[in-house]
Amino acid sequence: MLSLPFASTLVAESTTQNIINVAYLVAIILFVVGLKKLTSPTTARQGNFIAGIGMFIALVATLFMENIVTYEWIILGTVLGAPIGFISARKVKMTAMPEMVALFNGVGGGAIALIALSEYFVWTDGNVGVTTDVEVASLLSLIIGSISFWGSIVAFLKLSERIKGSPIALPGQQFINGLLLLGAVGLAAFLLLSTGMDPYMLTVAIAVLAGVLGIFFVLPIGGADMPVVISTLNAMTGLAAAAAGFALGNNALIVGGMIVGASGTILTNLMAVAMNRTIAGVLFGSFGSSGGGGGADAGEGPQGTVKSTDAASAAILMAYAQNVIVVPGYGLAVAQAQHTVREMADELEEKGVSVKYAIHPVAGRMPGHMNVLLAEADVPYDQLVEMEDINPEFERADVAIVIGANDVTNPAAKNNEASPIYGMPILEVDHANNVIVLKRGMASGYAGIENELFYLDQTQMLFGDAKDSLSEIVQELKNV
Amino acid sequence: MDYANLIQQLTILVLAAFIGFEVISKVPQTLHTPLMSATNAIHGIVIVGALIVAGAASQGTVQVILGTLAVFFGALNVVGGFVVTDRMLEMFKKKPAKNEETA
Repeated sequence: MLSLPFASTLVAESTTQNIINVAYLVAIILFVVGLKKLTSPTTARQGNFIAGIGMFIALVATLFMENIVTYEWIILGTVLGAPIGFISARKVKMTAMPEMVALFNGVGGGAIALIALSEYFVWTDGNVGVTTDVEVASLLSLIIGSISFWGSIVAFLKLSERIKGSPIALPGQQFINGLLLLGAVGLAAFLLLSTGMDPYMLTVAIAVLAGVLGIFFVLPIGGADMPVVISTLNAMTGLAAAAAGFALGNNALIVGGMIVGASGTILTNLMAVAMNRTIAGVLFGSFGSSGGGGGADAGEGPQGTVKSTDAASAAILMAYAQNVIVVPGYGLAVAQAQHTVREMADELEEKGVSVKYAIHPVAGRMPGHMNVLLAEADVPYDQLVEMEDINPEFERADVAIVIGANDVTNPAAKNNEASPIYGMPILEVDHANNVIVLKRGMASGYAGIENELFYLDQTQMLFGDAKDSLSEIVQELKNV
Repeated sequence: MDYANLIQQLTILVLAAFIGFEVISKVPQTLHTPLMSATNAIHGIVIVGALIVAGAASQGTVQVILGTLAVFFGALNVVGGFVVTDRMLEMFKKKPAKNEETA
């Protein structure tokens, strides 16, 4: 009994343990209160702080556990991890936020997988018998944690453009993924049922299979589907943490993990709905392959000519407008033009023009990406309007200026049943009286579809780098 | 197998799921990124597990390496997660009330 530091059912009932459990309860309450406050912009920062206090209490309480007897490795890990986390969190550019979120998510999953491996090795070496439920939970946390870790690393590499962002898929990818999952689960079942097998080999093999699955799972997904991937990985790490909670008999882990699992699932669903796709459709059929009819044979395609304009005309058009709606997309982040947009809006507001921003739920590479980006440029959050609320306003808008957004503005989603994006909720930019589109060239968007918006009578294209074009517009506005 | 204990834990799990869905379902789009980042920080609670593993008695070299690495990852997750969320939320500002439109 004395050498059983993990199995929940065997943790001796002691006063210390009771106090620790009460501390966990306090931590859980603070997590929930903090999250509740995170649902309103006015209290969100306070909410994050409260959740942080909860975490601190849980950590300090844990250090008093009777099974924790050596501190040197804890200190070593913390002294290395905490400053790196702190510095990278302070230094990261707001435009790099999606990859940072992916990375922090990944290390959480990695920690869970490592904990599970370590548990197994202790059980083996100490010849400890553990109950089936503990073992199942531990294996689950190993599998999900490994998928989450490696999947997040790939997401990080894609988002930071260290590897190609567009979908990369092997032939028969889904079949291979299925085999990998079957392999990992099969080995886990084998480990559970057999006695006398070498768990060192088996657990490592399970971790490797799950890790490869994580890599293959994220590689074929890219571009505009990233918000779904990131929130899925977030949910997975949460679930893995909850499973680890069962393995360790730790309520703080069960509750903390499950809440994250729930929130990640909600976000994943919201993102998928915003693209009119099922979660399974995004995760298991990459856009390029499932929409085989994309691009070329998507109906007749838009006809007509494209009108181009220059910064001076665009500036005059907006300066004499009453209502201007800015429609930002991922291109805004790529061009790092958020501050320049804000300058343009300031100039316009000085001239008495009302400026609003129309935010599509999946604009960018993670849920809420545009909001963070524009917040960095000091755009007040009440100027950022969600899709349902802004759509009726396009009719009254004198000018809609589209910056680096494409598919989310394509009217084909409403009126062309042959289009692969048909049915996706879009920003109804085509209802505006004038549309200015800032774009590098005529390349199509992520979905590989021509955008009918560009060919409309009221649309003018302003070709060039978004940041340069916006700077020119700002200069011209100053002269108007 | 201690079924009583398992069922108790499952109860906690299910209730936590309901709380999670209930609390988070009303989050506005503006806060999607900070929310995700904050929940990221909260799953950093795994560091509790990492502490237990790394602080256990009589470990072999492999366990020491695994445990230390787990604490490293966990600390990175917790500290980075909360700090980066705070940095994001610090930027979220309301439009100043002295706006012309408020006449």
